[in-house]
Amino acid sequence: MIVEVQAILIIWTFIFIYSIFGSIDFGSGFWALIYNDHRTLAGKMANRFLSPTWEITNVFLVLLVVAFVGFFPKGAFTLGTILLIPVSLILFFLAIRSAFMVFSYSVQGYRKLMFLISGVSGLLIPALLITVLPISQGGFIELVDGKETLLLGKLLASPSLYLYILFGLTSELFLSSLFLGDYSYASKQEGAYRLYRGNALLLGPSTLLAAVLTLLVSQQEASWLIKHLYEQKLWFSLSLASFIIGYVALLLPRKKNTVRGFPRLALLAVIAQYGFASYGYGMAHLPYIVYPRLTIFDAFTATETFYSLLIMYGIGLAILTPGFYIFWRLFLKDRRYLQQD
Amino acid sequence: MDTVVLARAFFGTSLAFHIIFATLGVGIPLLIVIAEILHQVKKDNDYAIMAKRWTKAFAVLLGVAIPSGTIVGVQLSLLWPGFMEIVGKVISLPFQVEIFAFFIEALFMSIYVYAADRLPKAFRILSVILVAFGAVASAILITAVNTWMNTPAGFQIASDGTIYDVHPWTAFFNPSFLSSAFHVAVTAYMTGGFAVASVAAYKLLKRKKRTAQEITYHKKGFLLALIVGLTFSLISSISGHHSAQVLHEHSPEKLAAAEGLFKSQRYAPLAIGGFTDPKTESVKYGIEIPWMLSWLAAGKFDTKVKGLYEFPRETWPPFYVHTLFNIMVGIGFFLLALAAFSLVWMYYTKRKKRGFPKWLLVVLIFSGPLSMLGIEFGWIFSCSGRQPWTIYKVQTTSEAATQSTNLGGLFLLFIGLYVLLGALTILILTSYFKRHPVYKEFEKYSGYEEKGSS
Ligand code: HDD
Ligand code: HEM
Ligand code: HEM
Repeated sequence: MIVEVQAILIIWTFIFIYSIFGSIDFGSGFWALIYNDHRTLAGKMANRFLSPTWEITNVFLVLLVVAFVGFFPKGAFTLGTILLIPVSLILFFLAIRSAFMVFSYSVQGYRKLMFLISGVSGLLIPALLITVLPISQGGFIELVDGKETLLLGKLLASPSLYLYILFGLTSELFLSSLFLGDYSYASKQEGAYRLYRGNALLLGPSTLLAAVLTLLVSQQEASWLIKHLYEQKLWFSLSLASFIIGYVALLLPRKKNTVRGFPRLALLAVIAQYGFASYGYGMAHLPYIVYPRLTIFDAFTATETFYSLLIMYGIGLAILTPGFYIFWRLFLKDRRYLQQD
Repeated sequence: MDTVVLARAFFGTSLAFHIIFATLGVGIPLLIVIAEILHQVKKDNDYAIMAKRWTKAFAVLLGVAIPSGTIVGVQLSLLWPGFMEIVGKVISLPFQVEIFAFFIEALFMSIYVYAADRLPKAFRILSVILVAFGAVASAILITAVNTWMNTPAGFQIASDGTIYDVHPWTAFFNPSFLSSAFHVAVTAYMTGGFAVASVAAYKLLKRKKRTAQEITYHKKGFLLALIVGLTFSLISSISGHHSAQVLHEHSPEKLAAAEGLFKSQRYAPLAIGGFTDPKTESVKYGIEIPWMLSWLAAGKFDTKVKGLYEFPRETWPPFYVHTLFNIMVGIGFFLLALAAFSLVWMYYTKRKKRGFPKWLLVVLIFSGPLSMLGIEFGWIFSCSGRQPWTIYKVQTTSEAATQSTNLGGLFLLFIGLYVLLGALTILILTSYFKRHPVYKEFEKYSGYEEKGSS
């Protein structure tokens, strides 16, 4: 495989990982707000998961940015220039959210306000993050006095922007409901589990609907992409099949229990669904990073740098894997942590 | 303001904010490790309480260090896209490795905080050591990028700007990396020590309100912090001296600007204090120590030190760096002397059974903020002293800067953010420790045997 494609595959993998973790993280913040005083422990479950994990999720975001700069420096130049405003806003809300989340554990008095802020920013940040997709599809960048400039007015007037946002938000909430459903189930919190399962059942079809609408509307603005997407039928079929498996897994009755569904299977299947779809989308996007101005070939780094980065990923992964394993054991598996009350 | 000036102000502000939390994020974990170990060695619960309370403060500070770090990290691409294009090709390695350091710190921080009660003791100490390791490693790795900007290495650049012949590891271990990285790490430890000493001095000053047990507790923390502060301020001054020698060798105009030296000369004098006067092109109101600069720069009095006249005027750094440099060095020597003096006095009063003087406690309250100022001035010196270059002799600051024109509004937004977060941090920390005073912790531990001595 050519090095540029290897590099973009690694970037996609990071984007994919971050979009899953990020959805769960931001979504949990939102659910923690919604179920703050709920009679089930739904809000508490969201918080219990969030406390030890948000830092790790944030590091994945930084990893994504750093990897992109390292692999596609020219891409960093272009995106850095055109995304100044949306990315600055993301940073702004991210800072507010992280800080308030940490603060809310230390003070009692302002807890409500803190939850409100971290919950609302948990919707705003993903909405802003996903705007990168319609921008990268082309049509919103123009040369003004020789500088690449984002046509903010045109972007804001475009319906596909809002459909992407809708798709992003429904996906975020769908994934986080599934995850928290599984987490509550593992923690033997039946009430919370029912609640999150119900949300997931509602949100799943909504994400599909949003995805279809987004594609239909993008047809005019980015016909090149839609054309390429049709060539990736295989991946999208696999994606749909995974969705169906996941959805059915939520509905199936269980023998002894009073509740329905196999949440772990559902979660894994839906992650696979997003994996296949991301891969298909990514393949269709090739070779462009930003259509039609920037391809992975123009943007690629020095090959020596690429290989030394690759080696470092190997070493880093080897060092970190035990750390992640211990972490998982302690916070996602250990009964003493999960079943505190 | 034009875009370049605005971008510089914006970025400098973001970094100046991040560095406060980042430095404490490096310095405090070391103190926690020492306290945890002392707890195990001395079986004294006071040290366990200290570790716990410092961890709480550290967790809150990290809650700002991480997002503000994310901001500067991403802002590099937003404000300096031209710079990042070269960085991506040549020196992305340390950024990359830094991510692993972040992961280590974040993973074990969560483990130490949220799982401490479920872990065996040895593993708990290992976790906190890994947190401290992750923190100092992030500092060292990011410094690798900064030193590479000061003394670029590991690549060739053609006249059309094409980069070739890249050697990532040569870039990483550029000529000033080791000296600066060491200086950054030890000054962070020094700052951590004095920050804790400040708080303890404040608590001891208001001793009337406290029980004997509380005073004993604060005295232990005070002593520990002062010893750390003294040790690392001593190492800082030695390593700073070494950094200056590296400047002499690799960035002579920076050293010349730092010293306000215009004519190249042997037996060059060291100018302390005063300011560089642009009209007369000399240092005014400073004290000159003959021959000293030559000796400091390379260990011999007849070393020739290059003055600014040796370089084209367009590449002179701003003159105010002389003042920045002097303040940093001044703070270093003042704190070194202060810590040594206080420790000697403590030893002395303990033998004579006399109290520690109030005025000294008052002065010590300022040691932490002063040390932090040293960090700030040091960085502003390092970054401004490189002007007009962003990458020394490779890329100027205006070539590096973004071409977007609407920075003003964003700059104001972020200033607001930093003010808000700074104020909230102070509010949260004070209100937390007000509601959780030390004596409540003593009650929790009172089931155990008391072995503390005063
Ligand atoms: C508590 C803070 C502190 C203290 C007391 C000192 N320094 Fe420092 N200094 C720093 C904090 C710092 C820093 C913030 O960490 C810098 C900024 C860039 C860097 O690499 O470290 C720095 C940079 C720095 C540089 C510039 C390196 C460069 O730009 O390449 C020199 C020459 C010195 N220092 C020299 C000294 C000397 C001779 C000191 C004598 C006591 C001293 N420093 C004390
Ligand atoms: C010498 C100066 C600096 C020091 C000592 C320092 C140190 C630190 C520390 C201790 C943290 C918290 C680490 C964690 O727990 O994850 C941190 C966070 C961070 N720093 Fe800095 N930093 C410095 C300068 C910079 C600069 C210039 C950048 C930009 C390139 C940067 C980028 C970051 C990022 C992206 C994070 C957040 C990482 C995360 O998400 O956890 N830092 N820094
Ligand atoms: C290791 C970390 C750091 C890196 C990689 C770094 C990098 C940069 C870059 C790329 C610029 C813009 C281009 C330029 O003006 O040359 C800059 C400027 C600046 N930085 Fe740093 N910096 C670091 C640490 C710091 C810290 C901690 C501070 C503040 C305490 C700081 C203060 C400034 C200021 C004030 C400017 C503007 C310089 C001027 O306009 O004179 N830097 N730095």
